[in-house]
Amino acid sequence: MHVESVREIVAQHGRLGVPITELHDDGDLYSAGLTSLATVGLMLALEEAFDIEFPDAMLSRKTFSSIASLAAAVETLTGQQSAQQASAR
Amino acid sequence: MTIAQPHPKPAYDFSALLSEIHRLGRETIEPASHDVDAAARFPVEAINALRDLQLLSAYVPAQYGGLGLNIVQLGRICEALAHYCASTAMIFAMHQIQVACIVHHAGDSHYFARYLRELVDRQWLIASATTELGVGGDLRSSICAIEVDRDRFHLVKKAPVISYGEQADQILVTSRRAPDASSSDQVHVLVSKSTYQLEALSSWDTLGFRGTCSLGFTLTADGGTEQVLPVPFDEILSRTMHPVSHIVWSSLWLGIAAEAVQRARAFVRAEARKNPQLPPASSLRLAEVDIVLQNMRNNVHAVTAEYFAMLNDGDADAFRGFGFATRINNLKVSSSQLVVEIVSQAMLICGIAGYRNDSRFTLARHLRDAYGAALMVNNDRILGHNATMLLALKEV
Repeated sequence: MHVESVREIVAQHGRLGVPITELHDDGDLYSAGLTSLATVGLMLALEEAFDIEFPDAMLSRKTFSSIASLAAAVETLTGQQSAQQASAR
Repeated sequence: MTIAQPHPKPAYDFSALLSEIHRLGRETIEPASHDVDAAARFPVEAINALRDLQLLSAYVPAQYGGLGLNIVQLGRICEALAHYCASTAMIFAMHQIQVACIVHHAGDSHYFARYLRELVDRQWLIASATTELGVGGDLRSSICAIEVDRDRFHLVKKAPVISYGEQADQILVTSRRAPDASSSDQVHVLVSKSTYQLEALSSWDTLGFRGTCSLGFTLTADGGTEQVLPVPFDEILSRTMHPVSHIVWSSLWLGIAAEAVQRARAFVRAEARKNPQLPPASSLRLAEVDIVLQNMRNNVHAVTAEYFAMLNDGDADAFRGFGFATRINNLKVSSSQLVVEIVSQAMLICGIAGYRNDSRFTLARHLRDAYGAALMVNNDRILGHNATMLLALKEV
């Protein structure tokens, strides 16, 4: 459900070598030019947009491998973190 | 993907090997080092002496006939060599980085298995061509690309620096995977002297590390596609090239620093003998610089031990973590700064005897060499990378 907004953020912050329109949701971001350092900017933008925090364990190559895997990670984190907030209340 | 295991059972006596290296250092490497430095020429007698000890295949596993040394031992050898000639130590270190890239990442390639056996037999020397004119020193970006036609490739790279390029037997080169690949989609290709040409682009007349002969070249190479390492370069970089480079470089900078402190100790001892009742003022400076040397040594050894343990664990993801990459970068920045600090302090202790080129306490070349450390992969670039990675790092 977050795929479109994730796609927009990847386009803006991924520093890819190809236009985002040429990428499928499950296309490999690394072969499209994503580097390890560029994942930091992408992570920060996603954290800001969705009000989430990526734990170290999720900062893996797998998480950043495609738009779909990033959207899935955002899904997991928004779910977890809103559940935590609810139980804190 | 499995990593080639560092070889747990040594078939030789490492401390005997290290003593032999120190003997070579005194008898062959140090005597040649003055002319190597003055003429900015390749230390041919030193490298041939290392060949005689089979040290160019030191990191090649025993199954291919190599000595099967591990990264901890490689670091100790770099440190030992730097006591006698930092250029020789640097050439040895850079060669071992290339060997480690092949050993760790050749997978089940028949070509590279055969190559490693030949490397043992022939004691070949491998150079590196990573940086490229037009990319500003960024290893993770290439302009050149291999052009593949069936099972052959053609490659042209303008490299601002290929250390000992003219003396090497092979060069390990980064390039884009194909002419239509993005700049970060890179491969690592081994090219051989018989099928490449080098055209010099620049000379090598520098303050220090003069014997590394790090001229710039246009490299034009042909070869078979089996000469391309079977994993993407970014994996080779994070698992092997990045950590191994900073570990072996820091080890040899440690050797330069340790030699300077050794000379300072000898100088203070000679002063103390003249007046045994009153310790010379320089003895306090010596006591201070010895603390800095100990800190530097402990950091080099600790990070090397961490990497060695990770290689033994075989957890491929661990190498990609920002925490590990940051610690490796910290080691580089710290060691490259401390070597200048320590050699400078040692020179203050030795005074004019350290400043002279013709005294037995001379530290002139050591200081010139030490200043190179912060520039080879510029510390500002490394700090910039760490600044970015620290934004993402949350580990306690």
